[in-house]
Amino acid sequence: MAHLNELYDAILNGDAKKAHATTAEALAAGAVPMDLIQEYMVPAMEEVGRLFEAEEYFVPELLLAGRAMKSAMELLKPLLAASGQKMAVRVVIGTVQGDLHDIGKNIVASMLEGSGFEVIDLGTDVSPESFVAAVEARQPHVVCMSALLTVTMPAMKTTIDALKTAGLRTRVKVIIGGAPVTTQYAREIGADGYSENANGAVGLVKNLLAEGR
Amino acid sequence: MMIAETAQKFTTLAIPSQDQLLFGVSPFPLECGLGLTIGAGVVFPEVNFTLPPMSITAETWAEVKAHYEEMATHILRRAVALGTPGIVLEFELLPAMTDQPEWGAEITAILKRHLVVAHEKYNLPCALRVTPTDIRDQHKPPLLRTGDPWRRLRRSLDLCAEAGADILSIESVGAKEVHDQALMFGDFPGIVLALGVLAPRDMAWLWGEIVSICKAHPGVVAGGDSACGFANTAMQLAHQKMLPEVLAATVRAMTAVRSLAAFEQGAVGPSKDCAYEGPVMKAITGRPISMEGKSASCAHFSPLGNIAAAMCDLWSNESVQNVRLLSGSAPEAFTELLAYDCRLMNAAASQNGALALRNWMTASDEWLSPQAAVLSPAATIRIAESIVGEENPYRQTIAAGRAAVAILKDGIAAEKLRISRKEQLWLDRIESALDELPDEGAALVAALEEQYGSLYDKASYGL
Repeated sequence: MAHLNELYDAILNGDAKKAHATTAEALAAGAVPMDLIQEYMVPAMEEVGRLFEAEEYFVPELLLAGRAMKSAMELLKPLLAASGQKMAVRVVIGTVQGDLHDIGKNIVASMLEGSGFEVIDLGTDVSPESFVAAVEARQPHVVCMSALLTVTMPAMKTTIDALKTAGLRTRVKVIIGGAPVTTQYAREIGADGYSENANGAVGLVKNLLAEGR
Repeated sequence: MMIAETAQKFTTLAIPSQDQLLFGVSPFPLECGLGLTIGAGVVFPEVNFTLPPMSITAETWAEVKAHYEEMATHILRRAVALGTPGIVLEFELLPAMTDQPEWGAEITAILKRHLVVAHEKYNLPCALRVTPTDIRDQHKPPLLRTGDPWRRLRRSLDLCAEAGADILSIESVGAKEVHDQALMFGDFPGIVLALGVLAPRDMAWLWGEIVSICKAHPGVVAGGDSACGFANTAMQLAHQKMLPEVLAATVRAMTAVRSLAAFEQGAVGPSKDCAYEGPVMKAITGRPISMEGKSASCAHFSPLGNIAAAMCDLWSNESVQNVRLLSGSAPEAFTELLAYDCRLMNAAASQNGALALRNWMTASDEWLSPQAAVLSPAATIRIAESIVGEENPYRQTIAAGRAAVAILKDGIAAEKLRISRKEQLWLDRIESALDELPDEGAALVAALEEQYGSLYDKASYGL
């Protein structure tokens, strides 16, 4: 299916309409959903990540590619579910209690979604209890926490402690990020990892999941 | 609705010539606080300080207060030791201190007490700027004019005015819910919707409220706002190579329109330190401004270290944590840094060297970054003229964007500004997007309803 290179290009160029249309055409022609993902969509997103790392792409190009990927996935998800194939890794993300800053968290969430993860965004000023409730109810593989203020960083530890108290800490990987956060702080509070930028956060999630297998 | 019916419309520049656009001098100097006059020929430090990593709770409140007592003591000790001709302390409330307005007021009273003592004991001219956190974005979509967060913010402004604030300011966030999304996707129509339609509406309403609070408290002045949540977000994302610098530069120029709305409603300056759009407001209104640059590296990096000082009336460090350095506490160290920066500017001014120093500070940064290129005195006048030449905030915002693009393209054509190929592509893309915008803001609102309509509460913008 040579024309399926158009799906690759559509994602690379962030063209959501084209990605959706090409996927629909391919499915109508009998394409296998998982083949579309593995042979065209994932390689396209990997190339997008490479271009971002090489400073050829900015975040808008990255997010538009993610949006194009998501648009194609909307057609594939029901088919994968119907065939019993496991879809996405699930991630819960939020800005911790007392902190209203969310653009960094939103970029990470969008990039995770673009990489094929199911993202549950709890928003800003998220209490430890809300994180615990989300982990109990949605059973994510990873919890991502963000803080921009030095005075809200301690809420990351409080949240991790709350997960421990609820007996949930061993069920999820926890990563943290935000301007004042450091690798050392992540270690101190018992997080599984820290990333200083959004692209690194995606890689970190992938690495942690690979380690956990 | 508190939007003043007598809102001042600026149709000409208070400072029409770039050679008159100097640090330390404003056509309308501001007397405030304890014997301080800002913009009358002397640049003063504005020191901003915050807590080290710690929680703010009822249990830690005594420790929080002790930090502020210590920071005020150290800062004023250094200011007096260096013979600083005057100083402004800025207290930016942390979210928890606005959530509980009494907490913010308590710290305000502590800081004012220190300033009163310094003034009485050392005859130090001084003032206290207090900036509550704009907590109105707690709901999705944010409710800006109603609801509990707004009530608490208003009470915080009121209580801080009562407790001793001399200048009230805010870094307001109206339209950030749209701008963040548009900025992340580099969607220029969405950015203009936020900056040219929604934000000016919120600014006009909010600053009508703040000006009325100041009027109810004699001696308290309405300072000004900052597009921190918009243009500084773009600047930081550009710094991290996540957004094009040309986009951040264009956004900066466009934010001047929403920040100007505070002055249209009766703010008298100084505008906030992190408002790098301040020079445009100074050129238009003639009111003094605060700026920050190289001596704010304790809080963030920027490509604007020297050029930001070129037209300032207050010179700030943005924010520094109360941590220990080899010399002493960080707030005290940064007070010294600012004091010496100001000494140099004031010495230059006293020897007829202000214009030369301003030009050197400009030349050192101007063409090394698109964001600096739109901040020069010449660029400031050009952007300011484009704004006063249009009749409403929507058209003013587009005009400011066009002016910024033209400044950058002229710099490139003159081989002064060098940008990468991908930055050049973005600059062309921005120019095309500006040309394709509808003539009226209402048409843009309608065109983007499906894309952005769910992100904002129309009643919050009087729509």
